[in-house]
Amino acid sequence: MKPAALIPLAIFLVLGGLFAMGLTKDPSAIKTQMIDRPVPDFILTDLRDETVTYTQADLRGQVSLVNVFGSWCTPCAVEHPTIVDIGQQDVVRIVGVNWRDERAAGQAWLNRLGNPYDIVLFDDLSLLAIGLGVTGAPESFIVDASGTVRYKHTGMVTPQIWRDTLLPIINDLKKSAP
Amino acid sequence: MRFLVIACFLLFSSVAALAQSGSNETEMRAREVGRSLRCVVCQNQSIDESDAPLAADMRRLVRKQIDSGMSNEEVIDFMRAQYGDYVLLKPPVQGNTLVLWLVPAGLVLLAMGWLVINSRRRIAPDVPELSAAEAERVKSALETDAS
Amino acid sequence: MLAEFGHIALIIAFGVALLQSVLPLLGAARRDSRLMAFGDRAAVLQFILIAVSYAALTAIFIGSDFSVELAAQNSHSDKPMLYKITGVWGNHEGSMMLWITMLALFGAAMAVFGKHLPASLRARAVAVQAMIGAGFLGFILLTSNPFLRLDPAPLDGRGLNPILQDPGLAFHPPFLYLGYVGFSVAFSFSVAALLEGRVDAVWARWLRPWVLLAWSFLSIGITLGSVWAYYELGWGGWWMWDPVENVSFMPWLAGTALLHSVMVLGTRHSMASWTVLLGISAFSLSLVGTFVVRSGVLVSVHSFAVDPARGVVILGLLMAATGGALTLYAMRAASLRGREPVSVMSREGGLAMNNLLLVAATVTVFLGTFYPLFIDVISSAQISVGKPYFDLTFAPIMLLLILFMGAAPLLDWQGKNKAGLKAFLKKAGFVFLIVAGLTAFIGKSVLGALAIGIAAYLAFATFAAMARKVKWGKVSAAQSVQLLRAQPAAAYGFFLAHMGVAIFTAAATVMTVWANEDIRRVKIGESISVSGYSFTLTDMSSGERDNYSYLSADITAEKTGRKTVLKSERRFYPVREMLTTEAGFQYSAGATIFAAIGDGDPDKGFILRAYYHPGVVWIWIGAFMMALAGFVSLFDKRLRRQGRDA
Repeated sequence: MKPAALIPLAIFLVLGGLFAMGLTKDPSAIKTQMIDRPVPDFILTDLRDETVTYTQADLRGQVSLVNVFGSWCTPCAVEHPTIVDIGQQDVVRIVGVNWRDERAAGQAWLNRLGNPYDIVLFDDLSLLAIGLGVTGAPESFIVDASGTVRYKHTGMVTPQIWRDTLLPIINDLKKSAP
Repeated sequence: MRFLVIACFLLFSSVAALAQSGSNETEMRAREVGRSLRCVVCQNQSIDESDAPLAADMRRLVRKQIDSGMSNEEVIDFMRAQYGDYVLLKPPVQGNTLVLWLVPAGLVLLAMGWLVINSRRRIAPDVPELSAAEAERVKSALETDAS
Repeated sequence: MLAEFGHIALIIAFGVALLQSVLPLLGAARRDSRLMAFGDRAAVLQFILIAVSYAALTAIFIGSDFSVELAAQNSHSDKPMLYKITGVWGNHEGSMMLWITMLALFGAAMAVFGKHLPASLRARAVAVQAMIGAGFLGFILLTSNPFLRLDPAPLDGRGLNPILQDPGLAFHPPFLYLGYVGFSVAFSFSVAALLEGRVDAVWARWLRPWVLLAWSFLSIGITLGSVWAYYELGWGGWWMWDPVENVSFMPWLAGTALLHSVMVLGTRHSMASWTVLLGISAFSLSLVGTFVVRSGVLVSVHSFAVDPARGVVILGLLMAATGGALTLYAMRAASLRGREPVSVMSREGGLAMNNLLLVAATVTVFLGTFYPLFIDVISSAQISVGKPYFDLTFAPIMLLLILFMGAAPLLDWQGKNKAGLKAFLKKAGFVFLIVAGLTAFIGKSVLGALAIGIAAYLAFATFAAMARKVKWGKVSAAQSVQLLRAQPAAAYGFFLAHMGVAIFTAAATVMTVWANEDIRRVKIGESISVSGYSFTLTDMSSGERDNYSYLSADITAEKTGRKTVLKSERRFYPVREMLTTEAGFQYSAGATIFAAIGDGDPDKGFILRAYYHPGVVWIWIGAFMMALAGFVSLFDKRLRRQGRDA
């Protein structure tokens, strides 16, 4: 047997191994680029009052949970009771980003399901959403007191994710920068 | 039923509006940039081709940024900063894409190398002997063909 | 009852396939002619059983028996008959059934048409084919049984995915699978030849028609897919470099290389181990395609039957088949005869160069398709590889390939009589310069001029090669015509295929460089103008039809006073909760135009996309010419005569 004759087999085995490992990956999950970067500049109006505007500066000062939602998004409605629960615990400021919505629809949705948000930004044209690298709703970000993104959760926040993942991070951030 | 039809269309319809403003040059550049950016919620489409609402919003943002005086590269770099290399349909040439870019070129060079080396060898004086041997084979091949 | 009947037939077929993959091998080793002959009969029996099972499944769909889960999920009693039949393969389980039906068909054909081959070679090949069959039958029976019952049976089915309710797509999978699975013959014979330890010209000549057949079917399948995606998805793309498209293209590229290396091996006894490797690769790439489409390992627009668990099994089958074949290759490569050096300035030299470049192109498509997955696995980095990458890598390789494609047919085997080449190259260079110069002058595009010039060069070279065959200008015109008529079918096949490539290349270039489009939000009465055409949204209406509701737009396209009405629709299918867009087309040999209506409302206006696509139909004409060329070459009398005498 000549060593050269083994080359095709060797290449194939490497490729096969990569394929096998590839099966464990979810190709549609896009990793965030935002960790440890400041929230990008934005100017958005309040969902309930279009004369009130907010900018990135309004996210500084304390730790915030930024939750992206839309009245058109079914999982958001499933997730929402958990966010309402978190709001009642009053451990963190919750900022809602009403994404790609109609103003009236977003308001009606919050009236129906409850409003846990301290601030609700109205982002109908994805200005903040693209800045945060959002790909779908719901998505939640933890932003520290300096306005820097520290964590991102893609998909629904469940009570378990809140308790085991998000809350400890928030507590750490609160401790390190009182 | 009629209401249902309309509701369905509304449900699946995007509210996005395309920016109508902008000169022809903005438009051309926005299209060019759009073709090189991947729609992050779609599967293998550029934002220029995609019907997805987020792609429409990204298209609008690209136009806005071009209008505000950013160069094509700056717009692409902005999107790359938010979504990572994933958003680039043309992968950047960097450490982890060297194999991707060099292998095709390397294989072509190998093929051309084979061509050059063999065409040199052809000049070697063993040509008459080769053709004699080949003549023998032609004869045998012809016999097989004719049978 | 039908379901149980089909299920049992499938189980028996599995048993037959198991026996067929063992006994003929034993027979070949012991020179036992009865055991070897068993392989032939088993191959035919296995095909009959699978065909019966497939027929039972089709009957279940036609009879709308919704107590069978697959029919309930994918069919509907109101569906037109055509889509009841084609709906069988519009889902994972049914398409796997089609897959193995074809595999068994090719297995039976090998046994029936291979009578003149050495008995041991045929027995071994039939056994290898049965191993693949047994693997996939087991896969179907264990993970994808199409005959599972549903209790209680629903009143009606869920219907076929509306995107699939289209004649273009209905016939895309059968042709694609005939191509994919057709390469199994090359695989089985390559492995059998390795087992025999002998690869020779007779083997190559016998293999050639099978490769031609698979290649032609695959060409049709890919082209139908392209046509379908173009008008159904309506984004204006005829080729998206989507992973699922790429995985069907890779076996085609490898098959094209195989088609030419088999010619060299059949004529000159060279490139033996290379040909065997290509035979293994073409089918292995087909298996990779099956793996990708069904495992969801890559994101694709053609989302279909995705399930990682199935992916594991198919990957296992791929590892066993290809891994086994390549292990055998590693052990036996040295024993393969026919290592004659290939000189460059000869027909075989040109064909070898063609092979090297085609393999380079295959590897490029492979890398472009799988590199994002590999890099994710290795370093968790996420990158995308899209059209711009392929434009920069694949396209130049192809243009280089065309240079050799033009010249190689003008060289003789063994490089005798090279005198004509220099004169030809001078003339061809002249043709290139004139066409490229004119294109640059009129079209104002350097890249367009280069590619169209190269396509013109290929057309000229192909005519020149044909002229040389009929001694045009050297003998009288009447004698040339006589010579032309006396040419073997393969010569016509060569001419058609290479002209097809020239036409395809020119058309693809025209589309890439000069196509134009615009998207705007328009109200009724407003218009968009694209490349001299004005597209006016003239009327909108809505209503319900068959199994969907629609919003229909009339778009009047006008150029220099000539008007055409394009009808575009947004359709909503309530059963599937799916929204589709039907673009309105006007095809023509010159420029195809089309328009697609998007979302909106009468107040704000609707999003309208309008496209100007010059020459797009010639892309498919060129591709179909290649497919036709393969079939024409099959009629070559030499193939059959040599086969029979062997």
